[in-house]
Amino acid sequence: MSDVLLAVDDLRTYFATEEGVVRAVDGVSFTINRGERRGVVGESGSGKSVTAMSIMGLIEPPAGQIVTGAIDFDGLNLLELPEDEMRKVRGGRIAMIFQDPMTSLNPVYTIGQQLIETIVLHQNVSKSAAREIAAQSLADVQIPYPASRLDDFPHQFSGGMRQRVMIAMGLSCNPELLIADEPTTALDVTTQAQILDLMLALADDRGTSVLLITHDLGVVAGFCDTVQVMYAGGIVESGSASDIFYDPKHPYSWGLLGSMTRLDAAQMHRLNSVRGAPPSVINLPEGCRFRPRCDFALDVCRERLPLLGPSDVEGHTVACHRAAELDLKLVTSEGAPR
Amino acid sequence: MSNGASGIDESIDAAEGISAEPVTQWDLFRTRLARHKQARIAAIFLALLFAIVFVAPFVTCAERDAYCGKLLEHPATQLRDPENGLLLVQNPPSTTRPFGTDDIGRDVLSRVIHGGRASLTVGLTTGLLVATVGTIVGALAGYYPGAVDQVLMRIVDVILGLPLLPVAIVFGSLVPQIPVLPAFLKEGAWVIAFLLGILLWGGLARIVRAEFLSLREKEFVEAARAAGSNDRRIIFRHILPNAMSPIIVATTLVVGTAIIIEAALSFLGFGVRPPTPTWGGMSAAGARVATKGFWWEFLASSSALVATVLAVNFMGDGLRDALDPTQTIERK
Amino acid sequence: MTTGKITEYVADGGPEDMPEDVLLRVNHLVKEFPIKRGIFFKSQVGAVQAVSDISFQVRKGETLGLVGESGCGKSTTARCVMRLLEPTEGQVYFRREREVATADGGTEVVSDVVDVASADAGTLRALRRQIQIVFQDPYASLNPRMTVAGIVSEPLIVHNVGTAQERLEKVKELLAVVGLSPEHTNRYPHEFSGGQRQRIGIARALALNPRFIVLDEPVSALDVSIQAQVLNLLQDLQEEYGLTYLFIAHDLSVVRHISDRVAVMYLGKIVEFAERDTLYDAPMHPYTHALLSAVPIPDPELERSRERIILEGDIPSPADPPPGCRFNTRCPIAVQGKCDVDEPLLTQMGEGHWVACHFPEVKKVF
Repeated sequence: MSDVLLAVDDLRTYFATEEGVVRAVDGVSFTINRGERRGVVGESGSGKSVTAMSIMGLIEPPAGQIVTGAIDFDGLNLLELPEDEMRKVRGGRIAMIFQDPMTSLNPVYTIGQQLIETIVLHQNVSKSAAREIAAQSLADVQIPYPASRLDDFPHQFSGGMRQRVMIAMGLSCNPELLIADEPTTALDVTTQAQILDLMLALADDRGTSVLLITHDLGVVAGFCDTVQVMYAGGIVESGSASDIFYDPKHPYSWGLLGSMTRLDAAQMHRLNSVRGAPPSVINLPEGCRFRPRCDFALDVCRERLPLLGPSDVEGHTVACHRAAELDLKLVTSEGAPR
Repeated sequence: MSNGASGIDESIDAAEGISAEPVTQWDLFRTRLARHKQARIAAIFLALLFAIVFVAPFVTCAERDAYCGKLLEHPATQLRDPENGLLLVQNPPSTTRPFGTDDIGRDVLSRVIHGGRASLTVGLTTGLLVATVGTIVGALAGYYPGAVDQVLMRIVDVILGLPLLPVAIVFGSLVPQIPVLPAFLKEGAWVIAFLLGILLWGGLARIVRAEFLSLREKEFVEAARAAGSNDRRIIFRHILPNAMSPIIVATTLVVGTAIIIEAALSFLGFGVRPPTPTWGGMSAAGARVATKGFWWEFLASSSALVATVLAVNFMGDGLRDALDPTQTIERK
Repeated sequence: MTTGKITEYVADGGPEDMPEDVLLRVNHLVKEFPIKRGIFFKSQVGAVQAVSDISFQVRKGETLGLVGESGCGKSTTARCVMRLLEPTEGQVYFRREREVATADGGTEVVSDVVDVASADAGTLRALRRQIQIVFQDPYASLNPRMTVAGIVSEPLIVHNVGTAQERLEKVKELLAVVGLSPEHTNRYPHEFSGGQRQRIGIARALALNPRFIVLDEPVSALDVSIQAQVLNLLQDLQEEYGLTYLFIAHDLSVVRHISDRVAVMYLGKIVEFAERDTLYDAPMHPYTHALLSAVPIPDPELERSRERIILEGDIPSPADPPPGCRFNTRCPIAVQGKCDVDEPLLTQMGEGHWVACHFPEVKKVF
């Protein structure tokens, strides 16, 4: 059994819209090992959710199309798997948790019915056995009175409880990979802490790999072993959590960290913000996509798109022409060298 | 306020990504409507119909009750009554009378054209009345929840509860007898238009009310209130423009409904009185003789009716798609 | 009931003893929303007390942060201060400035205190020139059918400021101030990104040269890099025009960045109130502890070594708040027979540090 669970290679997912072709994911490659907790950070429109949808086979033609690329999941090429095989993988071996737990649960069925359906679909068990598994999985996510709460409808649960149910549903079939797309964004901060702790513990127990998509760098810092930073459809930097947080090598990751207000920092006068706004995914700039917002851009950045390549640190890759020469740790917000 | 707060260095960059030309709501609307094929065809059809119905009679010499003067001009196409062998005045379609003539020898084509006037007058007048009354009542009820809403909506309930055809039939015959009314209001088409206007606004009022109920909670309305705008300004300048889409779409559908109801009333003999031609009345007359083989009058008048109502409804469909705010192209 | 004496920080009292340097004083503010049942004859069967008896004051030129989780009543408080909602009880005193004619024919600016909560329509309209608001959702807060010029000049039109030409000039000036190109006056909101829209909303709030701006979660809907730009802009504007802010947010790190003093709300009550650094470095209320410990910090080592206080359960319904201390159902240090019986009052624990807890203690959370 190899260590690598999921390998995504040069994935390109495009959408046809009224305004033109949206290159939502444009050349993304990464691998996730067994038991690894990977964070995907990026702002809206960076392509992080579309990456997840592509892995789950949830891109709907004709509007959305995976143009090229390969997604290898434990030896299976997910992009070439027939739909009925894919259905077994989806929800069974790979589970997904969405941002909004209210819309991902069907309001007309009880929690129990929905859980049992998933379990029966993916595991060869009887209805009554499935009910027991369902109750157990609710107990696993620390929902009080799990057996009786199975007969409740989604609206009878609070936001945090619904997200627990989603986790229970996602983990009920013991998936090898759990994809969580902004699972706590809709929740209050104290509830977020509950849910993250729970997810961490359950994934650890079962050795499940996790792909956590979020815009919150703080969540990644506490939860993930490795991090990839996405910008305008591509990965700009990837490495261990401490690589990215203590030694960012891409000006975007560096800018993002500088933009964050921190709970533990007394007031600085100004945040070191990234100027401008992300580019339109229809009209991507020539060369490096971050170039129009970058303080360090040279002529070469206009000419060629930098590829994700190794840096001087093992396992820390970065897509920047100037990565080797820039020492961003030494740069302060006042003195950005040109 | 002095110009330029200091230190906003990233300022002008924040304006990046705006296209060179302003894209107005109108532009978006036009592009989307143009893409809707059925609506495009419907729009052309309706434009032609309007031109023909309201303009053609003045330009050409086609008279409303043009009789086929020379009945024996085309003896080959002349029909004889199968029972007694007499020549009939009801001629089938021919090159000079493309839609044939009716049972007393009048040209069906010119009567279909003139009949369109009644239908379109009823459709448009009713639509206008419904849009005005429905919007005002719905807006007030939606913006002032409580007593105003309660009273207005109970009135709407009563209006919607009235059985449409019986009421239209009874009042349709009563109204012309009211002495104080101006003369034009006693003409068939106008009576029906106003009656239907009064009977059909309830549905639109409900739609507008629902729209106002949700829009009045929007932050941009709160922002207007925080700026100090009064109720009238909030209703007409801030909320109403955002409620226009459903109002336009619903009104279009009312136009179609009104045309059909007018036709139904005339068909039943309670609408516009002969000899004024209407599609409904002609269909009734045509239907009586269609079984004897004289199919063309019925076919011509009912086809005109069906085509017009279809076109109006396609137009409504197209407008709905073009105005649907959920389709607004989002900048990602 | 809060019965603490009037102090520099937490206040209750009338307009007459309002210190000169205080711009806004919220006094025993209560906001109830009736719960109605029935189809034909609606009768009130209860009330949700979204804000229950809170008092605070904001000094000229400062930023007061009001934090709490959803349903704690912070946005309701903002809307009562703006009188976008009618307060059920209590007063909102505002120190307004007015031009009045003097005996010798000139004008002078005098300041006096008015109660926003009971002001008549005319007074309220005039007050709107001095109190403005920026909303959370940059998509919902701009009228999609109006151009940028229409949106930003709306307050000017409503208050009859200048001619059409002067207003357009003013709009262009305001757009430049908030960092947008003045040429964009004839564009519609849908052409702008979230951050740009929020700048338009800020320009609108600045149009009448207000003295006090309520910022209702102004950056929560924005991406991180855009958030930083808008926060910087807000700070620059405050410095430039001497603005006073009431900053409402659920994000404690943003509040730490921008506020001078911070009030923490839970279920319609203020539970802790302090100078910024006191609140973050030496918080005393167990809810503040839990809240602070739950906020993730973008620092892997620190984040993994921190002790997290995980609260049990969910926030109770404001329609049926628990007796005694409202936090007692989830509090890790609640004492039965005390906390679920007696309601703790806001009590001064140190210089400007007020806590509503029977067993307050300083705890460092990071």
